Amino acid sequence: MALVVLGIAVVNFFLLHLAPGDAAQVLAGEAGSATPEYMAALRRQFGLDQPLPLQFLQYLGNLLTFNLGFSFRHGLPVLELIGQRLPATLLLMTASIGFAVLAGSALGVVAARNAGRLADTLISTLALLFYATPVFWIGLVLVVVFSVGLDWLPVGGMTSVEAGYGGWDHVKDVARHLVLPAATLGLFYLAIYTRLMRAAMLEVTTQDFVRTAVAKGLKPRRIALRHVLRNALLPVVTMLGVQVGSILGGAVLVETIFAWPGLGRLAFEALFQRDLNLLLGILLCSSAVVVVVNLAVDLLYTVLDPRIDFAR
Amino acid sequence: MSIAQSVLPAAEERPVRRGLFARLLRRPSAVAGLALLGAILAMAALADVVYPADPLDMAGTPFLWPGADPDFPLGTDMMGRDIAAGVFHGARVSLLIGGVATLVSLVIGVGVGAIAGFFRGRADHALMHVTELFQTIPPFLFPIVIVAILQPTMTTVVLAIGLTSWPSLARLVRAEVLRLRDGEMVQASIVLGLSDARIILTHVLPNVLAPIVVSASIMVASAILTESSLAFLGLGDPNIVSWGSMVGAGREVLRTDWYVATVPGLAIVAAVLALNLLGDGLNDALDPRQNRR
Repeated sequence: MALVVLGIAVVNFFLLHLAPGDAAQVLAGEAGSATPEYMAALRRQFGLDQPLPLQFLQYLGNLLTFNLGFSFRHGLPVLELIGQRLPATLLLMTASIGFAVLAGSALGVVAARNAGRLADTLISTLALLFYATPVFWIGLVLVVVFSVGLDWLPVGGMTSVEAGYGGWDHVKDVARHLVLPAATLGLFYLAIYTRLMRAAMLEVTTQDFVRTAVAKGLKPRRIALRHVLRNALLPVVTMLGVQVGSILGGAVLVETIFAWPGLGRLAFEALFQRDLNLLLGILLCSSAVVVVVNLAVDLLYTVLDPRIDFAR
Repeated sequence: MSIAQSVLPAAEERPVRRGLFARLLRRPSAVAGLALLGAILAMAALADVVYPADPLDMAGTPFLWPGADPDFPLGTDMMGRDIAAGVFHGARVSLLIGGVATLVSLVIGVGVGAIAGFFRGRADHALMHVTELFQTIPPFLFPIVIVAILQPTMTTVVLAIGLTSWPSLARLVRAEVLRLRDGEMVQASIVLGLSDARIILTHVLPNVLAPIVVSASIMVASAILTESSLAFLGLGDPNIVSWGSMVGAGREVLRTDWYVATVPGLAIVAAVLALNLLGDGLNDALDPRQNRR
């Protein structure tokens, strides 16, 4: 795990040096917005006059003290900017993963219990379609239908600023703004979980302990929920860890479409202002989120399946 | 070599390809995938014949809805560009970028997987750490940063996608190679004194071909998705028309003329769906376990 974090730092350092111009120009955002004195100070701070290995050590030192540099465009340190935007992204991620896992698992269970019948065909076709649909396109179609056409839900943003809600109304307001972005981001993963759950249920159903349960005379519903579902959940949890990174990537698209004030939107802004240092900071922090979530998933695994023990 | 052929088990001639096409044709979803893919390939091939003009040029009155003018079956966008021409030329760009990026991924993924699985030990350890690293960096964010830093051109987009989408394939190939490594075939080859490179290329990899083929079709699909997403964000080559950039442009007139953004999106869905269906079909057709069902 520590090696991976170090590797991410190496990749970031490499990308920083891949950009045209020297790193000081990249760090200063764009040419012209920084004074020559600041550029000189930056060069000294990052030791750009020194050999590459030394530069890398200095970069690592900055990372270890959580110094990700300064964003001129925003007039704030990069880390502070990311800290401001991270909660919105985490909320969006949690909502869309929650939606995808719950609805996807339910659909997968229904499809598996009706394997080969009409319900299965319908669900599987739907999953196949969602799996092939680009996230940004789903977002636009949902906006056309639910915001422009039906006028049920807001087009974008996280709150209705002009309303100035407080307390419970504020929560409801954010929830209303959250529906479309979370659904957009979640539908692709819903398709994955539906397919995964269906396959896992069918796989577990063929095992001996299920036959025993049938022989004992348990009701099919109880077997499906108590015996099969519990075991089929393991691959779903594994998938969760694998998907975190890709959900963070998808958040860039969703937050751009819905003007959701999170990390993804920040990345998009940084992209267009050519604030490469901010962009790299976001990449670094997103990778850190992935590492942390994967650690949590590993721990969750030991709870779900006591046979797994990491104290080898 | 004649000794090798008589000593080695016939496993390398597993009937992977024999009747594969026939088996594929027995699956309705695979047939649908092949048909869709064929249509898109035809669009890409005929783009210059059917729509010889530059699809980025103004062709008619702006904001013609689909069906309003028989000359523009899919309508025109806010700049008067023919959407049908864009869809045809976009097919070429998407398939090309998806194909070449997948080729890059295949070379890296198969190379890393084969070396890690065959040599095990330290090489395996080091390569798996690199793989884990590439799996940790958020998949879509990584190509965004690469393209942003290197400036968007067709080559950088291909490289960015290819360099970031190989890890799962590397793991798959490694697992298969590890399984074959201790098999009789490889052991016999070692006894015969064949070089490592030769064993990997002629005896190990041909037996891993089936899962690689299946992954490749899925990888082209996801490469097309990534490319269109990049183009949607404005990270595509500005001089070529792409389905993603068409959707991105249509976004500005979404409220009134939503067809501008939705029509090219349908093309993306069709292409990705076709490749996924084909991948599923290949998976079933190549998996001997499935034949019993």
